[in-house]
Amino acid sequence: MSTLELKYVNIIFPATKLAGEVHALKDISITIEGNDFVVALGASGCGKTTLLNVMAGFIQPTSGEVLLENKPIDGPGADRGVVFQQHALLPWLNVIENTSFGLMLQKTNVKERNEVAAKYLKVVGLEDFHKHPVYQLSGGMMQRVGLARALTSDPDILLMDEPLGALDALTRETMQELILDIWRETKKMVFFITHSVDEAIFMATRLIVMSPRPGRILKTYNLDFYQRFFKSRDARSIKSLPEFIDVREEILNIIHGDEIRIDQG
Amino acid sequence: MSFTTFIKKPSIKNLFKIFGRGPVKPGESYGAPGVGSSTAISVATSITLIFLWWFITYMEWIKPLFLPSPESVIIKFVQIWKEDFAGATLWGHTKSSLFRVFGAFFLACVTAIPIGIAMGVNRIFRGIFDPPIEFYRPIPPLGYLPLTIIWLGIDDVQKITLIYLAVFAPMALNSRAGVRSITIEQIQMAYSLGASRAQVIWHVILKGAMPEILTGMRIGIGFGWTTLVAAEMVAAEAGIGHMVLSAAEFLVTDVVVMGIFVIGAIAYLFDLLMRFIDRKVVPWKGKM
Repeated sequence: MSTLELKYVNIIFPATKLAGEVHALKDISITIEGNDFVVALGASGCGKTTLLNVMAGFIQPTSGEVLLENKPIDGPGADRGVVFQQHALLPWLNVIENTSFGLMLQKTNVKERNEVAAKYLKVVGLEDFHKHPVYQLSGGMMQRVGLARALTSDPDILLMDEPLGALDALTRETMQELILDIWRETKKMVFFITHSVDEAIFMATRLIVMSPRPGRILKTYNLDFYQRFFKSRDARSIKSLPEFIDVREEILNIIHGDEIRIDQG
Repeated sequence: MSFTTFIKKPSIKNLFKIFGRGPVKPGESYGAPGVGSSTAISVATSITLIFLWWFITYMEWIKPLFLPSPESVIIKFVQIWKEDFAGATLWGHTKSSLFRVFGAFFLACVTAIPIGIAMGVNRIFRGIFDPPIEFYRPIPPLGYLPLTIIWLGIDDVQKITLIYLAVFAPMALNSRAGVRSITIEQIQMAYSLGASRAQVIWHVILKGAMPEILTGMRIGIGFGWTTLVAAEMVAAEAGIGHMVLSAAEFLVTDVVVMGIFVIGAIAYLFDLLMRFIDRKVVPWKGKM
């Protein structure tokens, strides 16, 4: 059981020739534990990706602490898998080579890494595409390879930066269900970024609503619509439940500034 | 619209259709500049030019001293293939030239590519190599050729050094540009999977820079060939450039023309070879 803890994290990008100083994150405190599925929701520019980059170890906070198992994060590591917005596949490798890339870096032997990669390619429904060049895949398939790649290294934590942002609406819904199923199966901790309100409410165990300039957390929700999905497997009717719509309206109101209350939690 | 339909109906209206615009057939996109195959027209142009050459010499409008006939050029090709001219057979001259250009190209590959990559990934390397490369790169190789002769004489060492310098700059700068073409996400992805810095450079940066590295090699070998032929014309004992210049001194114009064709053909073969390597090594180029 891992614990990822952010304490009063501030990120300030220094002024450049073209723009002034940017306060990207202001006093962000979150604790993510066990197999939480935390979704960060907010408009473009509210610091969601910056927050993820801090957790991944790509950015050092200006002030505040980022702790993983009570130890400060001092760089990226294989314990935190990242799924990128634009797949970040390597076009010179085929599907299974991309998927097993992490194991290749760890110098696992070819046979073993192909076995593990094949297992996760089956999970994401790409078992017939092992030798396929990745540049011939559709956007949704590329994103699934990116997901399988992150899973193959078996990280404790999955950081997903708008992984479904570039997909069409239909593929997106299928992928939401796929990610939830994988999460239930693997019991990993997930930090997931989206700007789709429906997606956030549907998938989150905890939803944090963020606001830009400076990037901060406006409100936190504990939700359980994912559990209803595991029972009924009917995503569409869950997304049209009255409670679902109520939460959505409330969040949209917050985001539109009708009800700004900064969450102290 | 093929060439044949154009010549079948040579009306003013058809002529306008070729240069003007109108709705396009399904499968073509309206307004796309220069669409359609030009192969037939290119073949026709080539045949016309060769025919004109042959016809002018056949009618003896220009003296063979100034423009030899196509037949005499071919005859010279066969003859010099077997017999010495200016110290060696045609194959002998070609061999000397190819040895120099490939020798320099090989040396440039093993030095310029690592240095270019190092310049891309490390500010210290960039700081060290940027000023000398940017200083000599715009100077035409023939500008510093005299200096290489003073320092190294006129043998293969001097030729290879000169060509090496001509090839080095485009290869190093393209390799460096290749590093920049890799997305930051691809690099962060590798680090987040636990890659070391050396692994990132080897497995992500070097391979991601391959399209630009190959472009650099293609430009480099073209530069190298141009420089070599020029260098051989200044001072050499063998080589195609030397052969052409010797022929010109004795006014053996058919050998001059034949030499020019051989130089052109080899340059074209280099390009075909590099394009072939491009397709084999980076089939993904421009697709992601």
